[in-house]
Amino acid sequence: MLVNFFHGLRDAGVPVTTRELLDLMEGLKQHVAFGNIDDFYFFSRTCLVKDEKYFDRFDRAFGAHFKELEALDDIIEALIPDDWLRSEFMKNLSEEDKAKIESLGGLEKLIEEFKKRLEEQQKRHEGGNKWIGTGGTSPFGQEGYHPEGIRVGPNGKNNKAVKVWDKRDFKNLDDSVELGTRNIKVALRRLRKFARTGAADELDLDDTISSTARNAGLLDIKMVPERHNAVKVLLFFDVGGSMDPHVKVCEELFSAARTEFKHMENFYFHNFLYESVWRNNVRRHNERTDLLDVMHKYSHDYKVVFVGDASMSPYEIVQPGGSVEHWNDEAGEVWMRRLLETYEKVIWINPVPENEWEYTQSISMTNQLLEGKMYPLTLKGLEEGMSYLSK
Amino acid sequence: MKFEGTERYVATDDLRMAVNAAVALERPLLIKGEPGTGKTMLAEEVAQGLGKRLIQWHIKSTTKAQQGLYEYDAVSRLRDSQLGDEKVQDIANYIKKGKLWEAFAADEQVVLLIDEVDKADIEFPNDLLVELDKMEFFVYETGETIKAKHRPIIIITSNNEKELPDAFLRRCFFHFINFPDRDTMREIIDVHHPKITEELVQEALEVFFDVRAIPGLKKKPSTSELIDWLKLLMADDIPDEILKERDPTKAIPPLYGALLKNEQDVHLLERLAFMHRREMR
Repeated sequence: MLVNFFHGLRDAGVPVTTRELLDLMEGLKQHVAFGNIDDFYFFSRTCLVKDEKYFDRFDRAFGAHFKELEALDDIIEALIPDDWLRSEFMKNLSEEDKAKIESLGGLEKLIEEFKKRLEEQQKRHEGGNKWIGTGGTSPFGQEGYHPEGIRVGPNGKNNKAVKVWDKRDFKNLDDSVELGTRNIKVALRRLRKFARTGAADELDLDDTISSTARNAGLLDIKMVPERHNAVKVLLFFDVGGSMDPHVKVCEELFSAARTEFKHMENFYFHNFLYESVWRNNVRRHNERTDLLDVMHKYSHDYKVVFVGDASMSPYEIVQPGGSVEHWNDEAGEVWMRRLLETYEKVIWINPVPENEWEYTQSISMTNQLLEGKMYPLTLKGLEEGMSYLSK
Repeated sequence: MKFEGTERYVATDDLRMAVNAAVALERPLLIKGEPGTGKTMLAEEVAQGLGKRLIQWHIKSTTKAQQGLYEYDAVSRLRDSQLGDEKVQDIANYIKKGKLWEAFAADEQVVLLIDEVDKADIEFPNDLLVELDKMEFFVYETGETIKAKHRPIIIITSNNEKELPDAFLRRCFFHFINFPDRDTMREIIDVHHPKITEELVQEALEVFFDVRAIPGLKKKPSTSELIDWLKLLMADDIPDEILKERDPTKAIPPLYGALLKNEQDVHLLERLAFMHRREMR
């Protein structure tokens, strides 16, 4: 039971486990959700999905799996209408409606007609004006308009054209799409490791008191390493040119980063790294910092993060004088290699979706230069990048 | 026994289902959502709605899992032994019960709120795996096993500051409180401020969603801020016209302090107003 659904979820990339499937069974046994697909949807989601980033995948898998099932709804409902339903049905009609039913030859005839068409009809049907299905103007079906119509299926309390899982409300919580400030903070926090490393250098008062007490009053001093944030970061942002559509995303990353690190320096560059960078984008032409100075000033344990789309002409990377803005004596590639020799951990975060990287030559070249340490600007990409940096 | 929301709390269908499933299957329920969407309040309301006692355990960055079970106060025991107090013979006198113990030992089923679990150390949830699963733990000092008389209804909230370990997640049910849509928001306002005029709500909601839609805000106003703001508006008796008057020269909504908590956001709004004014000219 539900094993296919379970595998459908796993195939869609929702990490569900046997234990959760068993929970779902247990819940069904106890009638937590019974005879209502909306209830079942909410219940199975609360049971099987443990992170909102998987909600969208769950919705899609759920939709795919239960679509066929829903098609059965109409048929099953149609098998029920009998005398006891008929009286209920009549109660719900206004005098006007009843008069209209008479115009079609009375309720009996309408139902007769309905059954006949149901038999003729083999498949689920949508739209149109004759067959039974949804959204049409035939007198039979659901969600359609016809004053003389029979409505098939329950009048669900949601009563929306779109099923809850078809709305895909949680699309932007999936971790493989681009992100806002809130998501970035989670990923960047990975970087902030409160490394309790080094010599013990702080008196742990609580521990000392408690272990002295345990020691029957003989003083037992306990020390702990000082807690400090060990992460130091150099940020390089690509500004101008092809980067402009991504500036907003970068700003968000930047503003998120600001609060996360004690030691953080940021620099700007255009397209690719050359002999100088700048700190203030407004005065980029007169206040430049030599890259050599940067490399000498900040020690090799700084982690370096580039943010840029790396989309440019290949010449800008490999040729001296290839820069679009100025004459560069040495190729960007040379400067990048120097930087890579100086710093142990360097990553490049790219706002261009990962599946488009191979179509731009300069992106593959940059990625090769960085030995594959290029990550997309998605929560997942950031997480991978951060976990590499903090390794 | 079903939770249907209370007169002070609007529970959406999916939230109700999540709570009822967790109650029926006796699983902890993990609640996530934007700050201010009523995660902590949910536990209070569930307790009230089901007529149960609520035990709250607020987690801080220094909280250890052990503190929820019990603490052994070795220092007072040492002092008592030096003073020759009789109490010292029985180690149980120095065991301080934690919130989990309290919940397990209760004579009727209680609701236990573990608030902001993500604030604690990453090991915190891992240290509670067995305790939450089996609902029992062992006290080493006295050698007794504490087992829950009635499995408490456990509600855990998280602000998503840390990822929770998989093993922990597998043992919980999960619900994400989505930001309420317009209709739900209106219901929430009705519940909190029944007297407020329909018109004012309409205007306020429009301004509120306008402010939320401004790109680049550091902290977007959320439900609790909207309710605070409405309270202020009512207390101040600001006529609807002021809200309605979308005059760009007064682009800052009245009493904005309740909506925007960040100086930069206020500046952003002022700057937008200024730019707008310039365009008008």
